[in-house]
Amino acid sequence: MLAHLPILQVIVPLMAAPACLLLRRPKLVWLFTLLASALAFIISILLLQQVMIAGTISYELGGWSPPWGIEYRVDKLNAFIAIIISGLSTLVLLASRTSIEKEISADKHTLFYILYLLSLTGMLGIVTTGDAFNVFVFLEISSLSAYSLIALGKDRRAIWSSFQYLIMGTIGATFILIAIGLMYQMTGTLNMADLATRLPEVAETRTVITAYAFFIVGVCLKLALFPLHLWLPNAYVYAPSIVTAFFAATSTKVAAYLLIRFTFSIFGLSFSFTTLPMGTLFLTLGLLGIFVASTVAIYQDNIKHVFAYSSVAQTGYMIVGFSMATTAGLSAMLLHMFNHALMAGALFLALAAVTYRVGATKISDFQGLGRQMPFTMAAIVIGGLSVIGVPLTAGFVSKWHLVVAAIGKDWWVVAGLLLLGSLLAVIYVWRIVETAYFKAPMTGKDSVEEAPMAFLFPIWILASANVYFGIDTRLSVETATAAAKGLFGVAP
Amino acid sequence: MTMILGLYNYWVVIVLMMIGFYMIIAHGNLIKKIVGLNIFQTSVFIFYISVGNIEGGSAPIWDESIILYSNPLPHVLILTAIVVGLATTALALALIVRLNEAYGSINEDEIQAMDNQDMVNHSLSNQHRDQEPC
Repeated sequence: MLAHLPILQVIVPLMAAPACLLLRRPKLVWLFTLLASALAFIISILLLQQVMIAGTISYELGGWSPPWGIEYRVDKLNAFIAIIISGLSTLVLLASRTSIEKEISADKHTLFYILYLLSLTGMLGIVTTGDAFNVFVFLEISSLSAYSLIALGKDRRAIWSSFQYLIMGTIGATFILIAIGLMYQMTGTLNMADLATRLPEVAETRTVITAYAFFIVGVCLKLALFPLHLWLPNAYVYAPSIVTAFFAATSTKVAAYLLIRFTFSIFGLSFSFTTLPMGTLFLTLGLLGIFVASTVAIYQDNIKHVFAYSSVAQTGYMIVGFSMATTAGLSAMLLHMFNHALMAGALFLALAAVTYRVGATKISDFQGLGRQMPFTMAAIVIGGLSVIGVPLTAGFVSKWHLVVAAIGKDWWVVAGLLLLGSLLAVIYVWRIVETAYFKAPMTGKDSVEEAPMAFLFPIWILASANVYFGIDTRLSVETATAAAKGLFGVAP
Repeated sequence: MTMILGLYNYWVVIVLMMIGFYMIIAHGNLIKKIVGLNIFQTSVFIFYISVGNIEGGSAPIWDESIILYSNPLPHVLILTAIVVGLATTALALALIVRLNEAYGSINEDEIQAMDNQDMVNHSLSNQHRDQEPC
């Protein structure tokens, strides 16, 4: 049983998805989905434990040995990302039943859970597989279900933003497909470990450079790295709130994982950072992303838009860590991926609770919510503080590591800019706090009550995790550092 | 000359890819956008199939008289990609049907204009609400 964990990680949600159709009763479907997601979470914890003790796990699908057969390969990096995805998915599901009651018509509830599980399958598949073509297939599984989930939103703009995402996402995925084809043409293999040994021999050819270029553009579309982020804000805002919470916490992390895996494990550090000037490119785009997206976030009227743009800015921070190409920079990036999942999960779930009670998330809807929904608003404040990077929150820890890593490279200007970027976050978080706590409720909205327990429970798990991982950083920092060291080939 | 004639499948791939890409960007009609997306994806399929071909190689069906076979793996891969492309097209068309129901149009500019108009109306009604004495 334990030997089959890598495949179970993907098979459990995949098999659970069609099984939902047999259950019919929405409440049962919800419980079943929750169970499948929780099971996936337990599996990813067990996998991380195994990897930490015994090192990289290689699983041969159907007993065909790699590089001929498909290999699932789990190292510290995959296991770490899988925990983020399955853990956040489970917490978000806890609140889903109550939330979709008001946002999705009753006959579509079962379909919602099926799509949710398929999207989860795709993400976990991308993370666990060791085969480059498998990545494309799982990417499309998660993307196609993501487009449908976004189109479930009540507003007609949901369909339009889903369509725009579909066009952008398909172009991105096809670019990745071209990159994989070019890599196969040069090496004759699709296995990632095998690619890693064969690519350096042909690295100086134009074909491999073209492959890398196609891959980077494709994955950056999925990552919503500035300036390829245009699909993200509207897709996040008009999707059902629970879908937004799920994707904001997980989907860009998967794209970031792909970027790390292909750049560090497959193409190799010297190819991407010495032969090609990827370091400078990513540093520029990351910093631009932080400043442009944070500035745009300040002027948004809808709080979902604010945090959607804030997510784009946080991706910028991750990419700055990536561009350093050092162990410290990379572990800061991984840490920020983990912490941002916690922040985004807490914030967007709290926004889902506000949508449930108030019906909308415009800034004017927040007037007086500080008194009417004290627990939800307190969670938004904690999440907001974490986005800013105030000490004693998780956001502080990752930004601290990022700044230290920048100083370690003598990038003093970058370190200063990172801190300056946080000041912009202060402005947009303060606007919400000011409206919610210092303004009287709008007329006709006096009767708004605190969100139900189904929301408060997962919201507060995530909010306290934001505080916990801001104080006791051993678990998150150690795992992130070990994963980063593994990528640089240093025994941790 | 060999650069053009010897590699003509790859030139076809590039031409098709650019035609598809141009259609996605330039056409306002959503159906035409999807047609462009299909042409774009088809170019990648042809690229994969060309990669698998070996000069003088036969179809990969075992027979004692044949020594040289084409590589079947890219063909198998692209079967998967074709299925994915089909699913994408189906989903996109379904979305277009619903867009037509919701907006009464399948033209990008018209839909965008309606969304912008919604935004303006909304902020006007907000201002109006703010001016009312509380």
